[in-house]
Amino acid sequence: MTAAPFVPHTDAEIAEMLSGLGLSSLDDLFEAIPHAVRLAGGLDLPGHWSEADLNDRLEELASANRPVGRDLVCFAGAGAYDHEIPAVVRSLASRSEFVTAYTPYQPEVAQGVLQAIFEYQTMVTRLTGLDVANASLYDGAAALVEAVNLAAAATGNQRVLCSAAVNPRWRAQMATFARGSGHEIEIVPLADGVTDWGAIDQPGGQTTAGAVVVATPNYLGCLEDVATARETADRLGARLVVCFDPVAAGVLKTPGSQGADVVVGEGQPFGLPLSFGGPYLGLFACRLADVRRLPGRLVGETVDTEGRTAYVTTLRAREQDIRRERASSNVCTNETLMAVTAVIQLGWLGTTGLAEIALRSARAARYCREALLEIDGVEAAAGAPVLREFALRLPIEPGLLIERLTGEGYLAGVVVDEGFEGTPYEGSLLVATTERRTRSEIDSFAQAFDKALR
Amino acid sequence: MSAPGGRATSAPLLGRDSEPSLFELSAPGRRSASFRTNDLPEWPIAELVDAEYRAAEPVELAEIAERDLVAHFTRLSHRQYSVDLGAYPLGSCTMKYNPKSCDAAAVMPGFANVHPATPPSCSQGWLRVLVELEEALCAITGMTAATLQPAAGAAGELTGLLLMRAYHESQGERRTRVIIPDSAHGTNPASVVLGGYEVATVGTNERGGVDLEQLRSVLDTDVAGIMLTNPNTLGLFEEDIVEIATAVHDVGGLLYYDGANLNAILGIVRPGDMGFDIVHLNTHKTFATPHGGGGPGAGPVAVDDRLADFLPGPRPVRLADGTFGFATPPKSIGRLHSWHGNAVVLLRAWAYLRLNGGDGLEQVARVAVLNANWLREQLRQAYEIPYDRRVMHECVVSAHSLEKDTGLRALDIAKRLLELGFHAPTVYFPHIVDEALMIEPTETESPQTLAALADAFLLVANEAREAGSADEAKKAPRTTPVGRVDEARAARHLVATFDHRDHGAH
Repeated sequence: MTAAPFVPHTDAEIAEMLSGLGLSSLDDLFEAIPHAVRLAGGLDLPGHWSEADLNDRLEELASANRPVGRDLVCFAGAGAYDHEIPAVVRSLASRSEFVTAYTPYQPEVAQGVLQAIFEYQTMVTRLTGLDVANASLYDGAAALVEAVNLAAAATGNQRVLCSAAVNPRWRAQMATFARGSGHEIEIVPLADGVTDWGAIDQPGGQTTAGAVVVATPNYLGCLEDVATARETADRLGARLVVCFDPVAAGVLKTPGSQGADVVVGEGQPFGLPLSFGGPYLGLFACRLADVRRLPGRLVGETVDTEGRTAYVTTLRAREQDIRRERASSNVCTNETLMAVTAVIQLGWLGTTGLAEIALRSARAARYCREALLEIDGVEAAAGAPVLREFALRLPIEPGLLIERLTGEGYLAGVVVDEGFEGTPYEGSLLVATTERRTRSEIDSFAQAFDKALR
Repeated sequence: MSAPGGRATSAPLLGRDSEPSLFELSAPGRRSASFRTNDLPEWPIAELVDAEYRAAEPVELAEIAERDLVAHFTRLSHRQYSVDLGAYPLGSCTMKYNPKSCDAAAVMPGFANVHPATPPSCSQGWLRVLVELEEALCAITGMTAATLQPAAGAAGELTGLLLMRAYHESQGERRTRVIIPDSAHGTNPASVVLGGYEVATVGTNERGGVDLEQLRSVLDTDVAGIMLTNPNTLGLFEEDIVEIATAVHDVGGLLYYDGANLNAILGIVRPGDMGFDIVHLNTHKTFATPHGGGGPGAGPVAVDDRLADFLPGPRPVRLADGTFGFATPPKSIGRLHSWHGNAVVLLRAWAYLRLNGGDGLEQVARVAVLNANWLREQLRQAYEIPYDRRVMHECVVSAHSLEKDTGLRALDIAKRLLELGFHAPTVYFPHIVDEALMIEPTETESPQTLAALADAFLLVANEAREAGSADEAKKAPRTTPVGRVDEARAARHLVATFDHRDHGAH
């Protein structure tokens, strides 16, 4: 009999079950499969490993990676940040009741996940300054795609005006999805690191749009003037979609208070490890007027038969399993465990803690930026005000600098390339700081940076 | 004490008081967080951010002591069913046991703490895992190449449809329709529309398969392809799959395989050998990555030779010198993820595949099918079996006559099962079966668990038959953290955040 490590059945039990079905072998179960297409000779995969063998191999592979930490101090961001994750968050978020649950289809036995999502939704509405938030989407990019779909459906207009300083990988994903949806995406250029909304006023140009998209702080780290984006959206009859940084939300005005209709963001900074890029967490909030177009799941509060507070997924008529081809989103499985992790992290941070990580990140950025700008040949790539991330022009290829500095124990940043081709920002280096960066780390980094340029 | 604050007590456990929200546990001035000593200049925020951007007050979250934070989320965890606790026979969800050794892999710092923009020279371990996973998925599906970017099954579906579109466009064709059987999952039609196609539905024949004659009648050169789940949502293998593939290919269409039910056929038959051109997989079903209460998932998409050049990029590849790097296929449809996909979920899937090996995966499929068929034979005593032939990894039974005779609905059966200690099956799906109960035990439940599950199903049906009414089940569940939840009220009077509580959102 073949070994399958997680199948509990003994050979005798299998034989007994087969006999109960009037069968003599397991292969008899597959009589409906035409012989012509069956796989002869089994899968072309190695045989099974023991857990100990697996662990040996994992150790070997992990040692071929360089995680951030003392041996590789992280100055890279670009949508993925090295924030503090305390033991209490790791411990609670790894409880198997949360980890191994399914989507809460039976609310009576899923109050734990449902209430955590309800609390998460509350946190996201407060951070964004909007009315309702969904139970999560895959990541920031997926949230932007859904926001644009919502805006186009709500306005009946497929024209999307997107700032060139929105994360280029999010823009790329939006362009991929537009192949199916038919959205017409126009990129609005930048002036000194921020969006130049005046550039869209071409004589004889189109006077309407479905969505206006801006990010603040934007991909280059610069703070945008949301009010001007709002005016642009008003003029075009468009929904205003704002991509925000949920950590910066600790000190900045909420996008909702500045006129955003939909706010999306990357929730990775809230307790999620860097994880080579995923799983992360798509934050999504909108106004009540658009709640029936909200993508994904939504948890609402209600009562049980005895009047006790209870939670349940609600407004289900929006969702794909009911609406099928009339659904405006196909989202089903989302990122619930990441949302649960985020609400635990936000509970740990609290009101003062969130403001403090934003402040500490900004102080580190100011100190780091000033230190790096002291170096000969290093210049700011944009003059607009920044918060916790900034772009620099270097006298050498930034990729080369990054390679050199990994040898010195630093992940120096991220190259601005994809999506910025032909702009003054192409070939600059994006540097980010979090509350985890210290003065001595930054001082040594600046020294190594200087040396690596020579 | 006047401040609300937390009370560390187990009172809000099963079936008793509600658990207060995090916001009710908040007491002004309390805190948990602390940070590294950084020795940086303590510039005030006003010096760092101009007033025009700055908030007057910080956003109010909650102020909680660490001890109360732990008590709150621990109590919530006690109000939650999970695979670790018991069987979860949700049809088409493949809620199998999630190995702990894969959890251990997921938290190794050498994987978990790697920044996604780390240069390939410093992420060779990660790139090797992703390339080896792609190779294993191709071996399992009979495909040529795969993308690991899609973050869940639905994202995989849309990826597949965009690949289909790009392929036809490269042939100079603009096809308009995609065919879907009436038994398909809801994500299929939703994805088709987002892919820019119209949905054409084909019916189910008397044996529970695609109606081949009807299919032939709707096939023409406007058809871009067909999306099939095989075994389908009735748990039945499409006996006519070879004829279906030929008919679709004859009009130049492509076959898309929805991998929701792949668990049934691992190592037995490969989608590629059945004639499929595009396959999406759900690692959170077939390869035991934990479902997380509704994600994270991962939805890799594998394709045959004709479509490989269109895959999303950049993608991890094996280079000529034996190291690993990234490459973008020549006619790539573009990005489907900000980085490289849900990498840690993919790592767990890689580990699961290693632990099972080719031999173990075949046994997984065989026992999954054995369990479903054995359970179905027990349920035959009390439930109707539509499309009565050998099932694969799941079975659908109907409570149609129970409902007619006693008023016992599929929903009532689900709720009664909850208080008997089992998670309910999927109910009211597929839509083509009246009062449907869709049951997928998976291979990781023992014969003893199956017998207990069968007994519970039979008890619910028999007690209603004996009483001539569904009264007992209508009261269920009574032993769960809350009783039957008023879903209509939640939708009518929307309270979707703590701040809506007093006045409602409307």
